[in-house]
Amino acid sequence: MSILIIILAIGAFLCLYRIYQGPSIADRAVGVDIMGILFVGITALSALFYDLSYLMDLSITLTLFSFIGTLALAKYLEKRSLDD
Amino acid sequence: MISPIGWIIIWIGVVFDILGAIGLVRFPDVYNRLQASTKCVTLGTFGIMVGIFLLKGFTPMGIKALICGVFLLFTSPVAAHALMKGSLHFGTKMWKGTVVDEYGKDKLGGEQIDKKEG
Repeated sequence: MSILIIILAIGAFLCLYRIYQGPSIADRAVGVDIMGILFVGITALSALFYDLSYLMDLSITLTLFSFIGTLALAKYLEKRSLDD
Repeated sequence: MISPIGWIIIWIGVVFDILGAIGLVRFPDVYNRLQASTKCVTLGTFGIMVGIFLLKGFTPMGIKALICGVFLLFTSPVAAHALMKGSLHFGTKMWKGTVVDEYGKDKLGGEQIDKKEG
C-alpha cells in the first residue's frame, strides 16, 4: 500500500512548484505550510506501514513545529516583531 | 469489521490531500489557494489519523494518532487565519474577479482588489 505515500509525495511536489513559482511571499508561505502538513501525513502512514510507534511521536512534533513556523512567517508578513 | 472502514477513511484522507495540493497550484490568488488547500489538507490528514486509530485501536500508535489529529485540528486553522491576516496587511492584491472586500474597506483604507487585467 505504498501507493498512498507516493500520492502524498506527488502533492508535496505540487507544493514545491508553488513555492518555486509563487508570485508573492505569501504564496510561498502557504506552500510551506501545506507541505508541512503533508509531511505529517507521510510520517503517520510510514508509522502505520513499518509498524514503528515512535514515528508517530515524530508526527506530533512535526505538527507543532509546522504551526510555530507558519506563525513566525505570518508575523513577518504582518511587519511585526516576534514579541509583539 | 473495523479494518475496511479504517482503510476507506485513510483513502478518503489521501484523496482530500491530493485535491488540496492541486487546489494550491490551480487557484488564481493567495486567498483562494489558502482556503482550498488548508481546508482540504487539514481534513485529509485528520482522516489519515482517524483511520490509523481505527486500524490500531487503543495501542500506543492509535492513541498517538488521535492526539496528533486533535493537535492538527487545533493548530491548522489558527495558522491559516494568521497567514491570511498577514498577507492582507502585507498588501497582496486579491483576484480581479473578487466581488467585495469589507476588511480592506474598514482597516486598510480601500478595497484590496486587483483592478488591472492579467
